Amino acid sequence: MMDLRTQYMGLDLQSPIVVSACPLSEEIGNIVQMEDAGAGAVVLFSLFEEQIRREQDRLSAIQMATTNVFAEGLDYFPASDEYAVGVEEYLELIRVAKERVDIPIIASLNGISSEGWIDYAQQMEQAGADGLEINVFYIAADIHQEGRLVEERYLEIVESVRSTVKIPVAVKLNPYFSAMGNMARELVLAGANGLVLFNRFYQPDFDINSLRVLNNLQYSVANEIRLPLLWISVLYGRLNASLAATTGVQSATEVIKYLLAGADVTMTASALYKHGIPHLRTMTSDLQSWMRDMQFKSVEAFKGALSQQNVSDPAAFERANYIRILEGAKR
Amino acid sequence: MAKQSSYITIEGNEAVAYVAYRTNEVCAIYPITPSSNMAEWADEWAAKGIKNIWGNVPDVIEMQSEGGAAGAVHGALQTGALTTTFTASQGLMLMLPNMYKIAGELTPAVFHIAARSLAAQALSIFGDHQDVMAARSTGFAMLSAAGVQEAHDFALIAQAATLASRIPFIHFFDGFRTSHEANKILLLSDEHIRAMIDDELVFKHRQRALSPDAPFIRGTAQNPDVYFQGRETVNPFYDKTPDIVQAQMDKFAALTGRQYHLFDYTGAPDAGRVLVIMGSGGETAAETAKALAAKGEKVGVIQVRLYRPFSWAHFAKALPPTVKSIAVLDRTKEPGASGEPLYQDVVTALMEAMNEGKIERLPRVTGGRYGLSSKEFTPAMVQAVFAELEKKQPKNHFTIGIFDDVTHSSLEYDPGFSLDESEWRQALFFGLGADGTVGANKNSIKIIGENTPMHAQGYFVYDSKKSGARTVSHLRFGPQPIRAPYLIRQADFVACHQFNFVEKVEMLPFVKPGGTFLLNSPFGPKAVWDQLPRAVQQEILDKNLRFYVIDATAVARSTGMGTRINTIMQTCFFAISGVLSREEAISQIKKSIEKTYAKKGATVVKQNFKAVDETLENLHEVQAPAQATAAVTEESIVPAEAPVFVREVTAVMMAGHGDDLPVSALPIDGTYPSGTTRWEKRNISDLVPEWEPDICIQCGNCSFVCPHSVIRSKYFHEAYLKEAPAGFKTAPINARGYPETKFTLEISVEDCTGCTLCVEVCPVTSLADRTKKAINMTPKAPLLEQSRANFKFFEEHLPVNDRDKVNFSTVHGIQFLEPLFEYSGACSGCGETPYVRLMTQLFGDRLLVANATGCSSIYGGNLPTTPWSMNKDGKGPAWSNSLFEDNAEFGLGMRITADQHLNQARDRLLLLEPELGAELVQGILGASQQVESDIVNQRSRVSELKSRLQKMKHPAAQYLFSIADNFVRRSVWLVGGDGWAYDIGYGGLDHVLASGRDVNVLVLDTEVYSNTGGQSSKSTPTAATAKFAAAGKRIGKKNLGLQAISYGNVYVAQVAMGANPQQTLLAMREAEAYNGPSLILAYSHCIAHGIEMEKGLNQQQLAVASGYWPLFRFNPELRRGGHNPFVLDSPRPTIPLKDYAYNELRYSLLARTHPEEAERLLSLAQEMMNLRWKTYEDMASWGAEAFQPVFH
Repeated sequence: MMDLRTQYMGLDLQSPIVVSACPLSEEIGNIVQMEDAGAGAVVLFSLFEEQIRREQDRLSAIQMATTNVFAEGLDYFPASDEYAVGVEEYLELIRVAKERVDIPIIASLNGISSEGWIDYAQQMEQAGADGLEINVFYIAADIHQEGRLVEERYLEIVESVRSTVKIPVAVKLNPYFSAMGNMARELVLAGANGLVLFNRFYQPDFDINSLRVLNNLQYSVANEIRLPLLWISVLYGRLNASLAATTGVQSATEVIKYLLAGADVTMTASALYKHGIPHLRTMTSDLQSWMRDMQFKSVEAFKGALSQQNVSDPAAFERANYIRILEGAKR
Repeated sequence: MAKQSSYITIEGNEAVAYVAYRTNEVCAIYPITPSSNMAEWADEWAAKGIKNIWGNVPDVIEMQSEGGAAGAVHGALQTGALTTTFTASQGLMLMLPNMYKIAGELTPAVFHIAARSLAAQALSIFGDHQDVMAARSTGFAMLSAAGVQEAHDFALIAQAATLASRIPFIHFFDGFRTSHEANKILLLSDEHIRAMIDDELVFKHRQRALSPDAPFIRGTAQNPDVYFQGRETVNPFYDKTPDIVQAQMDKFAALTGRQYHLFDYTGAPDAGRVLVIMGSGGETAAETAKALAAKGEKVGVIQVRLYRPFSWAHFAKALPPTVKSIAVLDRTKEPGASGEPLYQDVVTALMEAMNEGKIERLPRVTGGRYGLSSKEFTPAMVQAVFAELEKKQPKNHFTIGIFDDVTHSSLEYDPGFSLDESEWRQALFFGLGADGTVGANKNSIKIIGENTPMHAQGYFVYDSKKSGARTVSHLRFGPQPIRAPYLIRQADFVACHQFNFVEKVEMLPFVKPGGTFLLNSPFGPKAVWDQLPRAVQQEILDKNLRFYVIDATAVARSTGMGTRINTIMQTCFFAISGVLSREEAISQIKKSIEKTYAKKGATVVKQNFKAVDETLENLHEVQAPAQATAAVTEESIVPAEAPVFVREVTAVMMAGHGDDLPVSALPIDGTYPSGTTRWEKRNISDLVPEWEPDICIQCGNCSFVCPHSVIRSKYFHEAYLKEAPAGFKTAPINARGYPETKFTLEISVEDCTGCTLCVEVCPVTSLADRTKKAINMTPKAPLLEQSRANFKFFEEHLPVNDRDKVNFSTVHGIQFLEPLFEYSGACSGCGETPYVRLMTQLFGDRLLVANATGCSSIYGGNLPTTPWSMNKDGKGPAWSNSLFEDNAEFGLGMRITADQHLNQARDRLLLLEPELGAELVQGILGASQQVESDIVNQRSRVSELKSRLQKMKHPAAQYLFSIADNFVRRSVWLVGGDGWAYDIGYGGLDHVLASGRDVNVLVLDTEVYSNTGGQSSKSTPTAATAKFAAAGKRIGKKNLGLQAISYGNVYVAQVAMGANPQQTLLAMREAEAYNGPSLILAYSHCIAHGIEMEKGLNQQQLAVASGYWPLFRFNPELRRGGHNPFVLDSPRPTIPLKDYAYNELRYSLLARTHPEEAERLLSLAQEMMNLRWKTYEDMASWGAEAFQPVFH
């Protein structure tokens, strides 16, 4: 039996294959299936602060518009105990998941206000989350905003969440920092226990017939792994934090590549949409077969084996390699 | 459960329901204003599993009508359950037959009644005693509560007394004034309730019940030999009841310290003048008598608590021996009676006492009426009655509170008279229905009432519109219980939450000199003065008011509160009203915020705290200059060209001075002129649609969906444009064969409610600017003048398009038909009114409408104005509302008249044929009247006929003249909501559909009782929550369409104008053309669904796309022609039910509170829907022979 165990932000995982934040985890039944199929942990779908706000605003607007307006119908809905919107459902999901499964449950939060980050992070910890992934989905579309300010924003969020909760905190990042490596280091210094590389922006497309912007979602594909692969390889061994890889994990092949680069865990979602949750089982057994073939007894035995610091030619990850590849293309 | 009495601030209905629920096992309920929320409370408590004093959860069951509720009550009582119900007005009328039975069978029960007017010359939802007085012969005892505490206490005393006496009780209190007044009361503990209810009596009730284990029969039919004697058997029970009630009152006093008597006297012990009264007016009268007596006046008041059985002995005990004259005040009207009921009882009692030698001389007794339909009853009126009693010949059968210049019954009173109000802090708040003002004030009363030693009272006045409605909140605070059931007229504090009210609403006449005025103003403390009208400036100066402003809208925006200004205005009130110290007030408000928003998280709490803090920073006192600076303006409320009645009567009501109208000003029989909303320019929306002629494709969708008929189209020869105002917009008409013809789309912006449905439905977008449609919302102010001029020109100078030239078969075509239903008071974005308007466009000039009580009767017929209008020839819908339950029958009656008169007219016409000539006569008799040109021709023949008849001497001529209009085919429509069609009026509707007569039924299906606040009907769908279905509706919606189809000869269509307007139009026309009964089920999105109303049409599309609301038409004419009569007009479902349902709060509420149950119910609903769809699909594929043949 191969030893698939790994550690992620101090959490002991039975497998490096983790389900990344996606709507599949909205259903407790799916989470149970994920555990059964061999997931090492589940990152719950992201709680978006603005969604909660919007829903709260929507409900209060509807209720206000329909309450105490007309003498005969002073309200229109049966009075229910004060119900919370969004958060409570999310917290309940954490509670139920903790009761039903043994694998770590990592909550995912996407905030917009400083109060929101702190408030919701605290509630998630209290509900029993084993870890927290903070998802700073932020597009600096304001062309007057300097890069430095964007970076500071990330760091402030990490600091404030870190000082609020005791559970480990991971940061899901995008790759568009001028100095990605330094930014990663700063985030770890600010308190991040793990870095999740990378967040996929859902970029718009256009419909040229209806002249409309399309906001449809595209699943990630295997050949998208190269960017995170690069940075995991570069960062491996250089930071006091766990690394998670999260783009393009379609099969055991990508899992293996990421582990070779130095990831502690690899995260997948698109593959589960395409092939179903049981696909985790296939990925796991394929990983085990490969390890058997390669005679690796444990994940630890090959983790980071192809990282920048472990390869014979560290420049393979830097500029010189770029030139070499371009030259190669000419031939 | 509460052990000790504790203070609580609560409304009358809840206070009553609290006791009724705890002391009963069964509640059979049905919604009716103002009693509905007693039933709603009971239903909600049962849904939450709250138990009664025996540890059981009462069974709360909604019935199909009050008649049904009374029947269920009777049955439950007869089988031994302690049973109650809650009702009012027409509801009580429907219970009367059972009440005789329940009393005749000596069955203990209490009916809790929020007493309300009866529909006579008009319906009124407001309070008086007409309903309970109509029930006084049923044999029920009648106990009257005067205020919230009493209503709470009497609910228990009545329950205890009914068990002890076996006489059923009506426990009544004044609708709205008590049922909806919030007051601080001592809540009865469960121990007290327990102590008042004797279980031995409960067991006896059960022993008397029907049981197969000890069988007997009850409910026999009796003959002349014994019925009479049987009726007399109950006398001893009635004889004992007064003492029993007093004993229970005494027992109650021993427990709680609150002592009541059957008749409570207040005033000078040696009073010569005494007023007898019951209900909330009794509090006003007693407080006034106390004050006058303290000044040495020899006056007193007897408050009647137990009205039936009327106990002379107890009355005599309460009456001071010194009494010389008595005025008895009745809050009811019995036309033709020798006096109102309480007066008659007092007179009879005194006369009998005299006859029996119990008194030596008769005091002079007069009777008067007051307070009908919640008419204000004030200390000034009480004082006037006392003053009248001092006269040598006091007026009898007087009225007080109105000016009767017809029969001169009214007493004069001094409106300036008031009691000493110095120990109260009184506050008035003027807000909009949807701005949260009332909610915030209800919260303020609770904060102060329950967290400080102060007493608090709140009463809220709403106007009769459902959109842009104004609210006035009356709040009193004081150190003692507040017994003042009348409006505030001299407030210490007046707040105006909407800046534009300063122009429209009189507010400062109600603030006392030296008082405080708070204005929500976009203008700061320096700039605001110049924005105020002269009258407001002058009043501020004359009364030396402290004047504060806050820009609540800006504070709300900057603190993330969006458009919610309620917390901000509430904070201002706490900060400056002086009710509490500023520090205490702010700390209390923050505590309340923490409590309210705890579950929503620290973020929301902090946001509200921030709003409070920033409010204090932005609240400024205005230093008024020494003099008023604004120019004096006098703007008449209606234009000079308005009809006399509108100018002299309607306009007075519109200005809020309807109380000042004398009796002579009002129509004698409830008849009012049509088309009066057009004179009431309400200007309630700051954003209005603006038309872009260059983008527009003239499809007609926008005017088709406009709920308030503010979007109008015409086509016309371009020569008319010579006189058009500059800037009048037109486009060449988008149709072939119309050279030199222009199209215009005009918007009556002053009548627009800003719902944006027109923009949502507009199908075109500018290629140059993708954010721009052919119609777009824009700020009204800059285009108001231009729009006014444009619309005036459109209405007065452009000709109405000829009906016989309009294409009735397309949405594009019918936009040129004049709507004869316009500018109603319906909700902004209403889903019902577009159907009603369409009906008037198609058939309005020959339309008879029977309108069931409900939303449509309120926005259609609630004074001051009516949207039902007429065309330039003076033709238009004839509209009436009879009742809620009888609308189908009422409408059928209209049809029968039309048919009867038509038949008679035909006979007379033939009789007169020799004189009139065959061409005219046969022309009239042979007219087909299927298309509009036929109708136009027939109208002209009838007009010719009438003109000839007037010159004829034949005795039949005059007779025929009186009914000749019936030759133009009358279109009879029965309109109402699902509460009517599915529930209360279902039996009648079914009968009318089965009659085969040519009536058209339009069901505006909102799937709940919308008008009374969203109670479940049999149209409410599975999985949705509604009042009375708080845990989610668990049975399927009734399939009224299939039921009607089963008759074979009923035209049935299911439509949703937001999903397929063309199909709606087709169905309306086919229904009307069909010479037999027709039923149209019209999906009507509604605020009760919990949606953003601008998304109403989208929800209609989703309802159809999900298969929840399939569109179909069943036309018996097709069957007659050998075709399948069932046509399915919508495609197979493309989305799951939840994609439609969970956009609506009515469904998503359950998913939030009980997710698993919501999922279960929704999957059941989906299954039911799939089955229904399959049934329809099958039906659509059957041959004609699979359907019943058409008989007529």
